[in-house]
Amino acid sequence: MHSNDYVQFFDGGIEPKLENLGGKGASLVTMTSAGMPVPPGFVVTTAQFDAFMDEAGITAKIHELLAGLDPEDTRQVDQVSAAIREDICSRPVPEALRSMTIAAYESLMARFDAPVPVAVRSSATAEDLPDASFAYQQDTYLWLDGVKAVTDHIRQCWASLYTSRAIIYRLKNSIPNEGLSMAVVVQKMVNSKVSGVAITMDPTNGDRSKITIDSSYGVGEMVVSGQVTPDNIVLDKVTLAVVSEHLGDKHAELVPDAGAKGLVEREVDDERRGRRSLTDAELTAVAQMAKRAEKHYKCPQDIEWALDADLPDGENLLLLQSRPETVHSSKPAPVTAPQPVVTGGYFSGLSTPALKPTA
Amino acid sequence: MKSFPKPSELPVPAGAEGWEKIYPYYLVFQDKLKEQEDAKFWFCDSQHWPTVFKPFETIGGEFAVKCLGQYNARHLMIPNANGIEFRIHLGYLYMSPIPVPEDQIAARVPLFEQRVGHYFQNWEQLLKEWHVKVKGTIAEMETISFPKLPDMVPMEDITSGKGKDGSEKLLESYDRLIQLAYQNWQYHFEFLNLGYIAYLDFFNFCKQVFPNIPDQSIASMVQGVDMELFRPDDELKQLAKLAVELGLQPHFGNTDDVEATLGAIAAAPGGDRWLAQYEGAKDPWFNFTVGNGFYGHDKYWNVNQEIPLGYIADYIRRVDEGQEIMRPVEALIAERDRIIEEYRDLLEGENQAVFDAKRGLAATAYPYVENHNFYIEHWTMGVFWRKIRELSRMMHAEGFWTQPDDLLYLGRNEVRDALFDLVTGWGVGAKPIGPDYWPEEIERRRGIVDALKTARPAPALNTPPASITEPFTRMLWGITTEQVQQWLGAGEEVEGGGLRGMAASPGVVEGLARVVTDADQLSEVQQGEILVATVTAPSWGPIFGKISATVTDIGGMMSHAAIVCREYGLPAVTGTGSGSTTIKTGQRLRVDGTKGTVQILDAEDDLVVAGPGAHSHSHV
Repeated sequence: MHSNDYVQFFDGGIEPKLENLGGKGASLVTMTSAGMPVPPGFVVTTAQFDAFMDEAGITAKIHELLAGLDPEDTRQVDQVSAAIREDICSRPVPEALRSMTIAAYESLMARFDAPVPVAVRSSATAEDLPDASFAYQQDTYLWLDGVKAVTDHIRQCWASLYTSRAIIYRLKNSIPNEGLSMAVVVQKMVNSKVSGVAITMDPTNGDRSKITIDSSYGVGEMVVSGQVTPDNIVLDKVTLAVVSEHLGDKHAELVPDAGAKGLVEREVDDERRGRRSLTDAELTAVAQMAKRAEKHYKCPQDIEWALDADLPDGENLLLLQSRPETVHSSKPAPVTAPQPVVTGGYFSGLSTPALKPTA
Repeated sequence: MKSFPKPSELPVPAGAEGWEKIYPYYLVFQDKLKEQEDAKFWFCDSQHWPTVFKPFETIGGEFAVKCLGQYNARHLMIPNANGIEFRIHLGYLYMSPIPVPEDQIAARVPLFEQRVGHYFQNWEQLLKEWHVKVKGTIAEMETISFPKLPDMVPMEDITSGKGKDGSEKLLESYDRLIQLAYQNWQYHFEFLNLGYIAYLDFFNFCKQVFPNIPDQSIASMVQGVDMELFRPDDELKQLAKLAVELGLQPHFGNTDDVEATLGAIAAAPGGDRWLAQYEGAKDPWFNFTVGNGFYGHDKYWNVNQEIPLGYIADYIRRVDEGQEIMRPVEALIAERDRIIEEYRDLLEGENQAVFDAKRGLAATAYPYVENHNFYIEHWTMGVFWRKIRELSRMMHAEGFWTQPDDLLYLGRNEVRDALFDLVTGWGVGAKPIGPDYWPEEIERRRGIVDALKTARPAPALNTPPASITEPFTRMLWGITTEQVQQWLGAGEEVEGGGLRGMAASPGVVEGLARVVTDADQLSEVQQGEILVATVTAPSWGPIFGKISATVTDIGGMMSHAAIVCREYGLPAVTGTGSGSTTIKTGQRLRVDGTKGTVQILDAEDDLVVAGPGAHSHSHV
């Protein structure tokens, strides 16, 4: 299915605009077009929200309700919020919009052998405000199955524009209610069989020519919490040669369980425990993805990645998050100036300008 | 601490008793110096001298290692490294690098900078002069000959009042030949140490800014791509392509018969054009040996033309099969440039300028390291050995020995004596003593050399230092702390069993092993096989287009196998210690040139995989 004004796939080839896609949606589309494999999905654009609100004809009434509110009177704010959200959730979505969303969802499901759970996340357009935390005040819904759950939760995302918290925040920061809109991201839930982090440097010495990868079975939470020791592999960033590797014990894994709508812990058998959790090809893929992220963001990155059990080999590596590596990359590089001759090493001062070849 | 055996602890192979006396006194360990010599760590240079020296052949080891040392110790005043002491033990060459005492290093720094600076500032001009000097030496060598002495002095020498009988010319020719070889060995190192210095300077900078950068990456950034060392092989490829173009394929059916092959080509239409190109390629590019130039038995292409003709025939077959036989030069250059650019981009500010300067210097100076090999080891030594064989055959005809090339069983100073013996006998009109003395002595020595050949050399002698930091040793011979530990059997195990060596050229390949310990076996190598050798020679070039990976016993990141494999884009693991003795032809191998491991995939259960150190005779 192709992207249009109302529904845009991450890989739909449309230039991402914040006002259409919201911050999260725009970022996912940007990363996808930069060759970074984010979990596949689409954005229900702000145009769809706007069209829905127009059709529902409730915008004027909402502005009226919000106009006289006192941000300190939380009981009153709660009442107004509940009324607005109830209003939004009870209005029918115009059939043309609805069918576009359903077609997009079905097109996404068609990429897998069997239907997979998705996450529905709100994607606000106001993320460029000074207080970025505003962006995270809207809702995310995980492990959703089937078209009804998805469309219901898209509407709940829309409604979340008018949670008490959001209303109070706007009041306190004098943000006008006019022109408010909301995009919604529908994205495959990652079915993580192996996951980990990758840092595009060697955090032990600040060496920028390395990529350090931690990897273990299942989702990364047991690694983060220190319950399992992951495999640790250091690769050369340019040639992708393995510089060193240490196998972790990896005795347990947390894996997504669709039935339980969440994660379950399992014992890892001896065979899998004893070997590296990534094949050579997967290791190379993680490293290449980390390199791409660093190139895209133009500074060392700390990324989270996962191998998705629902996707075929070669297409199953997903980027979950990429953020600047701030702890070590702020350190100065190990050498800042030409070294004096013979400082414990060898002929370090040789190629000072006076000794350049005439060629 | 684990140690290697002391020289005196190594058993002398049966039949080799008295071996010390076939070499000059200064080349063997001395009873009176036992204490000092046992206190030093010696490693075997089986990379350059993989087989037992016949007495005359020590000349290569002596000239090469002496001249290497003189440039560190006397010309360039390298601050922290003198030359390398060397001894022959049980027929093999052992080396022990000599450091500069700590308190003398600082004083050498300004001298070193001044001297090295002169070379780097005048590189192009000095290198041009080098070519003139080296080619002049070779040209003079070519003029030397060893004709049989005449029955009487020619009449014109009487009438011109020459007053000499010509024997002085024979002695002079011999002395001059030795001198010319010595001269080119001095020239050999004039730029070699500088090439290494520039390389190591860049190497150490890279290790500072990228602490764990693989050695391979550094090599890739300075290595030449289009080098003279590859020229002989490239000439063969061009000849193969021309043969296909001219439709001359049918005449390459039996290249072992050189005369018939060349005759048939000459008679064929277009054959004259092909032969003209062939003749043009011969001089100088067929002054190329299948060995390494250090042995009297090395075979040179221009003397044994069935060798290049056989390679051409093989290339013709591959061209006819539609294969691309030329090296992927453009792709290699593109990949090299990518690697340089990506590392450079990881640096900031001044470091980028330092990187550019050091890499630039290394890239200027380093190609000599690869190219010089053709001029000295192949061309100079090819002419040298041809002349020595000529002398040996002349003396053989005078009855001095029973086999044409037996001169090799004499030391070079003994040859001088034998020549004087010859001219004395001839001069006084009597029989020289040699024909009654040498055949028996040579038989005795032949027995000793053959007996010595039955044992592989210990990789090292005595107690190794805690760490090996001397950069030349590490770079040229791949002798690292880890390598020595591997020899001692204390290295890290390879997962699934197998051998560990240097990750010398990246990539992973599975295939069947072909173990080659002698250049004569090269014709057995089949398409796609993995070459397993003690050591490879540059002249094995044509084989590298056929094989899928290389495993060697000896050598580091800059050994010939490593360089050539990177050129051909083949995985290589070098310095495994015992690959050629552990692996059997036909076994299936997995060679990981990125990690530096070799796994034998179908080793029989009872085949004990003897890792590096299997022949180390280590003593606890």
